[in-house]
Amino acid sequence: MTNEDLKLKISSQVPDAEFSENKQFTEALIPHLSLHKLALWLKNDPETRFDYLFCLTGVDYGSELAVVYHLNSTSHKHDLVLKVKTNNRENPSFDTVCDIWRTAEYFEREVFDLFGIRFNNHPDMRRLFLDDDWKGFPLRKDYTDEHTIERK
Amino acid sequence: MEEVIKDIIIKENEDYIINMGPQHPSTHGVLRFEVCLVGETVKYLIPHCGYIHRGIEKMCEKDTYQQIIHLTDRMDYLSAHINNEAVCLCVENALQVQVPERVVYIRTILSELSRIASHQLWWAAFGMDMGALTTFFYGLRDREKILDIFEESFGSRLLHSFNTPGGLMHDIHPNFQNGIKEFIKYFRKKLPEYDQLLTNNVIFKERSIGLGVLSKEDAISFGITGPSGRASGFACDIRKRFPYSAYDKVQFNEILFNEGDTFHRYKARIEEMKESMNILEQLVDNIPAGDYTAKLKPIIKLPVGEYYQRVEAARGELGVYIISDGNKNPLRVKFRTPNFSNLFIMNKLAAGSKIADLVAISGSLDLVIPDIDR
Repeated sequence: MTNEDLKLKISSQVPDAEFSENKQFTEALIPHLSLHKLALWLKNDPETRFDYLFCLTGVDYGSELAVVYHLNSTSHKHDLVLKVKTNNRENPSFDTVCDIWRTAEYFEREVFDLFGIRFNNHPDMRRLFLDDDWKGFPLRKDYTDEHTIERK
Repeated sequence: MEEVIKDIIIKENEDYIINMGPQHPSTHGVLRFEVCLVGETVKYLIPHCGYIHRGIEKMCEKDTYQQIIHLTDRMDYLSAHINNEAVCLCVENALQVQVPERVVYIRTILSELSRIASHQLWWAAFGMDMGALTTFFYGLRDREKILDIFEESFGSRLLHSFNTPGGLMHDIHPNFQNGIKEFIKYFRKKLPEYDQLLTNNVIFKERSIGLGVLSKEDAISFGITGPSGRASGFACDIRKRFPYSAYDKVQFNEILFNEGDTFHRYKARIEEMKESMNILEQLVDNIPAGDYTAKLKPIIKLPVGEYYQRVEAARGELGVYIISDGNKNPLRVKFRTPNFSNLFIMNKLAAGSKIADLVAISGSLDLVIPDIDR
């Protein structure tokens, strides 16, 4: 399936999706409320069949928090990048996709640990690497603690 | 199996929990499994990681691209060269720099040497996990030959940081090609010993065939890549699917099995060593002459954008995801490490098996803990 077809198919499901093109992947920024529905559809539709989530990344753009999903289809061999963003830095949350791609369960726990983004309906939303009583979320741009040293 | 699990659920009040690790020899690093037992059978298992979390991704945000290379060595230290290469390729693609052919060939050769060395160490340690101490000496003896080649050319044996964006730190030693040819000759003779010791060993076979079976669907859903995924029939070899460096110029087979048990995960790595030697043979005599590095500015600033590079590390798919805002430091670097995904299949594979088999299953996944924690 070409990139244009893919864009049309996603637009038919989520009319608000915004596309941007980089050299490698087609990238779709979608409203986070339609994330789970679209993800499920992308996996099950015979023409898209994105069955392999190979990377899930949390990003802090400064003002916005985002989660980036890198998808690949093992049968059709095409890639897609989904992105969801939120301005809510106090209590950010997205729907989980770990019922669709099992590998997401631990990726999402890592994102929660380091960015503080909660995933709704996640079976085990705890920190993964840091202690449970750790204060703050280290990969956020505004994170500081008493050990932070400013490099001059 | 289903009967066993049903049986276990009935006896729920008799849960018995033990910790395996964090200092257990067979976890090859500091990782703790919280194992729930019913008698000798594993009911479920929870991995606890983070004992050596160093925040490499956070450190990268304060570093230049040349400095990041040195941090990636410390993730999967057994395929340090491949980690370096992934970052270099990502930066070079972003800058659209054409590296000299010589560099491409040398990088591919080094990747394959690292892969063989890594699998040798895995074989050594896996044998030991299964109770065969001799394999440890055999494996390390042969791995030493590769480390000698590394030492001669780069001055370090394990974490060489030999790659740099644009090419290599310096040129290879004049004896480099001869060393590899001698190693291939030597190791082709030694590899049958591996089969005699372990592959054809009845005790080993009895213990590993049919143990910890992973289906292809689960392998894809859980993102199990590398030899562990290919043993289940998941054709995930990045060298074939998305060729980089010189992999489109060489002939090799992707090792695939459908059984997905511990024995075939073992077998996939043994076969992969042979394929790696085939690749080496095709490349070693054809290294083109030329520069060992492309000329880059000393301060690298990537154009604003997002870049992703995947390579096949010794344990599976390694992804490097760089988001640049145009400064000399990246805005965000994410490493999609193979062991991170591979670890979390443990509960699925081990539930219902005996506790003694737990070590065999985790050994067959070939986990390197610093790669999980980062």
